Amino acid sequence: MQLFIEQLLNGVAMGAIYSLITLGLALVYGILRILHVAHAAVYTAGAYVGLYVFTLSGSLLLAVPAAMAVCAALGVAVERFVYTPLLRFPPFVPLIGSIAVFLAMEEVFRIVGGPYILSFPAELPFSGITIRGVVVSPAILSIYAVSAAVLLILWFIVTKTGLGLAMRATSQDRDIAGTMGINASFTISMTFVLGSAVAAIAGILVGIYYNQVYPTMGAVPAYKCLALIVVGGLGSLPGAVLASLLLGVGETLLIGYANIPLPRDSLAFIAMIAVLLWRPQGLLGGK
Amino acid sequence: MNDYSITILTFIAIQAIVACGLNVIVGYAGQISLGHAAFFGIGAYSSALLTTKAGLTFWAALPLVILITGSIGLVLGMPSLRLREDFLAVTTIGINFIVESVFLYVPFFGGALGLGGIPSITFLGTRLRGPNFLYLCLVLLGLVLLISRRFTKSWAGLACFALREEETAASSMGVSPIRFKLLAFVLGTAMAGMGGALYAHLMRFISATDFGFPLSITLMSMVVLGGIGTLWGPVLGALILGVLPEVFRPLIDYRMLLNAAILLLMIRFQPAGLLGEGSFLRGLFQRKGGTSNG
Repeated sequence: MQLFIEQLLNGVAMGAIYSLITLGLALVYGILRILHVAHAAVYTAGAYVGLYVFTLSGSLLLAVPAAMAVCAALGVAVERFVYTPLLRFPPFVPLIGSIAVFLAMEEVFRIVGGPYILSFPAELPFSGITIRGVVVSPAILSIYAVSAAVLLILWFIVTKTGLGLAMRATSQDRDIAGTMGINASFTISMTFVLGSAVAAIAGILVGIYYNQVYPTMGAVPAYKCLALIVVGGLGSLPGAVLASLLLGVGETLLIGYANIPLPRDSLAFIAMIAVLLWRPQGLLGGK
Repeated sequence: MNDYSITILTFIAIQAIVACGLNVIVGYAGQISLGHAAFFGIGAYSSALLTTKAGLTFWAALPLVILITGSIGLVLGMPSLRLREDFLAVTTIGINFIVESVFLYVPFFGGALGLGGIPSITFLGTRLRGPNFLYLCLVLLGLVLLISRRFTKSWAGLACFALREEETAASSMGVSPIRFKLLAFVLGTAMAGMGGALYAHLMRFISATDFGFPLSITLMSMVVLGGIGTLWGPVLGALILGVLPEVFRPLIDYRMLLNAAILLLMIRFQPAGLLGEGSFLRGLFQRKGGTSNG
């Protein structure tokens, strides 16, 4: 029982991290209808920049905002130089462009950061807790606290602010939103800023949780999170969070208890195909 | 030519066959597929199993391999092709990951150890090696190009073009979307299966990681680079992406970066590819008013 609860807590932490990455994808898909594979490279960049600033300054309070700023700039650069000029083509053209950006950035990380695994020796400013023998590590606690805070802030921005209103309007109909006085291209860039900054946080959290930062750490999330936004309902933010949490828990429990001869990374795709057959609009997708 | 360049050319010819298959799906029918390596793998594994476990010769196994790969393409294509473009892209990625992990984790397919001991091809009693293997690949590549060309001139090909350009209009004219998309999908996967069989007998040892998602990306890059929907585009793409790493051998460390950069620049500035509509090369070769396909 104790082991089960620990597994469950790990699974939820995994799911929370997935949801931080997937939210960026869902935001971008909602507004541009592009599958933003390069988002996972932005997430890796977040981990690298975070680690670099942390090694220089020794402070996570500096590392996190620095990584968020660099990733936001990176996200906007990808949007401006790759996606916007390709929007008039069929959707697979920007998708291939995105994959090319992702592969190129992975190579840049390998060449700049080296092909090996770097450790992320961050000491968190609080200790773990133990409740009735169930140990909760400080890394997991920080994942819970940070993800909950980020999700709340994102929810507030998207539903309660003028920017959120502009984002929702642009995603429904870009041209009509434009005639209503919304600056669509600014709104789209802000969407990339938000999504990429959140991905930076996810990168740093993963780096600390596993104590690993390496060039290909984005490879699995890049495609798995595509499956997650499909499962959640393309463009649905609550759906993306729900699907991420279910997958995180499902994967962890599956590895712990079932002896299924499939690697955990294909589970997301199997779930996706099942969902597409049973509910093609996704778990929480409309229309 | 020395053995080394012959081996390189043989690989290029095999990849060109597979890329031509992908071109039928992506170029002619307009259906994105990012899991084409899975069908290449299915072809390789079926040929390997039929020749090692069932004791067939390569020639007896080849029609079966094409049939098996095409049928699996049919079964996997049926639910997938009902999906919208973005869903289809993600689903085909999923198919690639799942097929790869089935090869990797099911003992029947050799598991992590792969399949070895695949016999080489014999023709009129002699083993096909070196240049002769290359000739076989080139003959089959010619066959694939011939079929592709016939397809574009046929009624089914025209129906696919119509669906690619405007699905609603085409289907209101009585062109069944799912039927012709499936036809293109089966044709394309069958070609991938044939390439897979050649690959298995060339390498004589195969393992699941040979057919992973990165290969699907490479195949897609070949089609995009050469020109989506043109006859010779995939061949040109396979040739360029096959020869480039050899030319830039001193830059081996930057090879993947170079590939990705080429793909990115290509899709960003000339999405129709080198031989595509309105491209630089095409303008060079085409006389005024000429409208051939490729």
